[in-house]
Amino acid sequence: MKEVNKSIPKKEGMGLSFGRPAYTDDLAPQNSLIVKVLRSPYAFARIKSIDTELAEKLTGVKCVLTYKNVPRNIVTRAGQGYPEPSPHDKFILDEYVRYIGDEVAAVAAEDEAAAEEALKLIHVEYEVLQPVLDFEEAVDHPSVIHPEKEAHEMFPIGYQPARNIAAEYNMSFGDMEETIKGCKYVTSEIYYTQAQNHTAMETHSCFSYIDLHGRLTIVSSTQTPFHVRRIVAEALGISIDSIRVIKPRIGGGYGGKQALHGEFITSLVALRTGRPAKLIYSREDVFEASYCRHAMKIQVTLGADEAGNIKAIDMNILSNTGAYGEHALTVFMVAGSKTLPIYNKAEAVRFGGTVVYTNLTPAGAFRGYGAIQGNFALESTVDMLAEKIGMDPMEFRTKNMIREGESSPVFRIMGEGTEGVDMVMDSCKLDYCMRRGLELSNWHDKYPRMQLEANKVRGIGGAIAMQGSGIPAIDMAAAAIKLNDGGFFNLMIGATDIGTGSDTILAQIAAEELGVSTDKVVPYSSDTDLTPFDCGAYASSTTYVSGNAVRKAARKMRALIEEAAAEKLGLDAKAVVMDGELIRAKDCSCFITLADLSTKLYYSHRQNQLLSCESFSGEVSPPPFMAGFAEVEIDTETGNIDLLDYTAVVDCGVTINPNLALIQVEGGLVQGIGMALYEEVKHAENGKLLTNDFLKYHIPTRKEINKLTVEFAESYEPTGPHGAKSVGEIGIDTPPAAIANAIYNAIGVRFTKLPITPEDVLLALRKKGR
Amino acid sequence: MRITLTINNLKRDVEIAPGEVLYDVLKKCGISSVKKGCGTANCGVCTVLLNGRPIPSCSYLAVRADGHCITTIEGVEEEADNIGSLMNEEGAVQCGFCTPGFLLTAIAMKRELNNPTEEEIKSYLLGNLCRCSGYEGQMRAVKRYMEVSQ
Amino acid sequence: MKIKEYVKPVSIEAANELCSKGAVVLGGGAFLNLGDKAIETAIDLCDLEMDFVVEDEKQVEIGAMATLRDIEKSAILQKNFCGILSKAAASIMGVQVRNIATIGGSVYGKYGFSDLLTVLLALDAEIELFNAGRMNLQSFLDREPEKDILLKIILKKNVSRASFTCMRKTETDFSVLNTAMAIVEGQLRLAVGARPGKARLAKGAMGYFSPADYSTKAAAALALLAAEELHFGSDIRASEEYRKELCKTMVKRCAMEVLA
Repeated sequence: MKEVNKSIPKKEGMGLSFGRPAYTDDLAPQNSLIVKVLRSPYAFARIKSIDTELAEKLTGVKCVLTYKNVPRNIVTRAGQGYPEPSPHDKFILDEYVRYIGDEVAAVAAEDEAAAEEALKLIHVEYEVLQPVLDFEEAVDHPSVIHPEKEAHEMFPIGYQPARNIAAEYNMSFGDMEETIKGCKYVTSEIYYTQAQNHTAMETHSCFSYIDLHGRLTIVSSTQTPFHVRRIVAEALGISIDSIRVIKPRIGGGYGGKQALHGEFITSLVALRTGRPAKLIYSREDVFEASYCRHAMKIQVTLGADEAGNIKAIDMNILSNTGAYGEHALTVFMVAGSKTLPIYNKAEAVRFGGTVVYTNLTPAGAFRGYGAIQGNFALESTVDMLAEKIGMDPMEFRTKNMIREGESSPVFRIMGEGTEGVDMVMDSCKLDYCMRRGLELSNWHDKYPRMQLEANKVRGIGGAIAMQGSGIPAIDMAAAAIKLNDGGFFNLMIGATDIGTGSDTILAQIAAEELGVSTDKVVPYSSDTDLTPFDCGAYASSTTYVSGNAVRKAARKMRALIEEAAAEKLGLDAKAVVMDGELIRAKDCSCFITLADLSTKLYYSHRQNQLLSCESFSGEVSPPPFMAGFAEVEIDTETGNIDLLDYTAVVDCGVTINPNLALIQVEGGLVQGIGMALYEEVKHAENGKLLTNDFLKYHIPTRKEINKLTVEFAESYEPTGPHGAKSVGEIGIDTPPAAIANAIYNAIGVRFTKLPITPEDVLLALRKKGR
Repeated sequence: MRITLTINNLKRDVEIAPGEVLYDVLKKCGISSVKKGCGTANCGVCTVLLNGRPIPSCSYLAVRADGHCITTIEGVEEEADNIGSLMNEEGAVQCGFCTPGFLLTAIAMKRELNNPTEEEIKSYLLGNLCRCSGYEGQMRAVKRYMEVSQ
Repeated sequence: MKIKEYVKPVSIEAANELCSKGAVVLGGGAFLNLGDKAIETAIDLCDLEMDFVVEDEKQVEIGAMATLRDIEKSAILQKNFCGILSKAAASIMGVQVRNIATIGGSVYGKYGFSDLLTVLLALDAEIELFNAGRMNLQSFLDREPEKDILLKIILKKNVSRASFTCMRKTETDFSVLNTAMAIVEGQLRLAVGARPGKARLAKGAMGYFSPADYSTKAAAALALLAAEELHFGSDIRASEEYRKELCKTMVKRCAMEVLA
């Protein structure tokens, strides 16, 4: 392979390094109106009256929006396919406000000062309602968060808004009760994970304007431009052909931009005033009023027989989707669908639970998407059960984990919102990842603990994980390739580069298939008018799904080139082959260069624009796998937890770009480490988010990260583009369980709630009497 | 009030309000590279060099910079090319939003520190948060940057 | 922060004149965007050459406008007081903030989370205010807020040993607790800050024994006394209970470093 499995630097890397204008705020027109949003001070309230007269009269104010003057079409803001598995429960603006930070009104003015002044002039009288702040009390709470008659599900997801239930699901196979009875070893535990925030460095930003054709153009920091287009059309009640959505460079997503944010409001302002309008969220807005991870309560019961075979896995989840139901069902299902298959030989498996509304910041997509929460619960319990049995926890895993050539009934039963797809693991190097990880981390020397001085003890713990490569039969990607004179290509892809480098790796895939060098392929992405469809950057779909579409389009282009060259050379199409940058007769009797051919095709002989367009939708979603090992050092007198080392061995098939794949894993690891140890989420009694800036919400700094050791297994996925699987999410899944297991091994205290802080450790040790 | 800023070696007269912060004034002057990540001086994304020293432009009154020199990444293209290439080779320029501020801090570090240890490098760069890369790729690039110059 | 008028007085007297009429002296500005404060007149002392760190045989003087970075890098402060003032400054946030935050801002603000206040208290610092004149730091911390201008901090070179520790959740966060201990003219001084309340001397513990009585057991006992004597509270960063437990360890470790 010439272009693939090569660490080609990102095409836009230098442009970004030089700070060239590329992000949403950089591109907003100079005369954009500035949009500011009035946000609810109450967790749950009904607007009794809202008076905007003074605000409207203020000099510089061009538009004021309230629920009274915006279209009333109920939608979901979640970007995830259609029909959406998320309930339609959001109006652009509503009479009810459902969390502190929810939109009450919006103002567009000539400058920021006028907009802020105008917000202060809007007089609102609220009927304050009793909020639902504890997700364990949400079901059948007297306060109904979504009483509106329009709220509905798009297909059965167990939607019962009158009971504050956003979704429900359960599945099982085998006889759980009987199987558990027959297990010699059983363990059960309950876990809590927090509403982690993405903290992408670029806050949610968008602007809208009316173009020369009178069409609405939206430029948004989004992961899903096509879903944005469809949902804006629906919410505003305008036809989809009147909208164009462009994703420029964005400053991070990780799922936080996989749902709409300011697009409705900027679009309405642009339509009503004829002026461009932009809305840039503040950091506080992002914390309080964008999205967060679904906080969960997960109960896991695990049973094994005398010989240490896992026979039964029972997982029950209560998930908190906050004030609106974006990604409610699907995140909750992935907590099971991307963890349970790991131990595929269990005879009885049961998964079920409820996703509830609360009057808190809406939860949404976030890297891992349920798998990280489920992994924390399952992999902690696996360690507990191994201890009961008296087995080394990694040996226990090795004995029970899924292997290449195997399958799991869970694949067929659980999809994303619907049934799944049966799959055999054509590539699964978990066994290698485990062996190599044990070696690299020095497990056998370090397990379980090492006492240093009187107050310093070290422990090592591990976990294994799987994710997916797109959503089979639902995610679709398409790619178009255009040949230009001079022999270079435009690659038009819907695929959304959110900083991951997908523009570059997709160009690499095309180049490899075409047999040219990557710099001959110019990618352009994520413009709903100019690029073909792509579901968007989520579900780890880009490398696998978009990559396969690109490969198909490139293969088609090759065929078109060979056909055109054959015609020029006076040969049969089957008698020529494209060989690098020339097309020659197979018997080497003659050739034409690509540059020459392409120029002639434009200007001089049987002129023809060669263009190929292909789509791909996966029949399977081959999981990437990984084994993660954490070594911690605990100061037993302060509770301080030092993460000395994190070792990870990943199977993502062939790495299209090894450096970029490495950074995906390292970046994911640090986010997972943040969730495990540092990112506390706290609310006041009235439901106000207290951890709403970087002073109070702590993401890992570079000093929290001592050493990351990441390696990739040699692996080849036959259904993937050039053998690749996706790699965007797998990195985040193992740290919470690996670290919790390491801490347990160090000090004998099992933490079941995230994050695990030094205070938790010290107070637990004091209780234990140390 | 009127102030004079020397931005990337070019003298600029700007009309500002007393309470305006340097970040907003730089944006008004058309500097695209400076970004805002938090507004509370925690993330380092808005870093610019004031007389060669890294400061958080979101929390620095523009009027205080009157008569002083501001450097943004546009003003140090050669050094930016140097370290930027190394970063890009490592794949460490991900979303790129933290990158200009980070490169400026690294450039200032190279001018200020002599043969720093890895710990000293981490300390100097501590105020530049990154959510994409996990920091390791940046460190690989910076270590090469610090060696190559020596 | 909304500022109506910004002034750079050419003399300290002129600054004081403005202050007496209600103007506010600007610190480093790191907290510029926190809170919705509106200020009529803001005074910047940057032209008054108050960013010095100087010494003679008897003492070190630090101008109120010296930045945390100045203090971190000062050769004078690195070699005096066992370098704990520099060490404490170096542990605060990142270089960007340290390049603009001033010691004057930290001291005058009497912030609970201040690490420098804890160190200065342990070192028995004196300060000089324009109107009220020279006083020791403890008196300044105890007195009622009275508008004045902080000019400088004075540290006598009578410190033989000193130690500083702090505990943070991530490296750029405020301290959950900080402790500083010093032997000043042969006497033990112990200050604990970020309780979350501001730095306070543990007078009872300090009087418990003299440096000559040192042993690891005594260090632990000293720490226990300090933890009993001082008041701790719960806030978003930590609980009262945890801070108290931390105090027992951190003071013990400070003592072991200072007295061993």
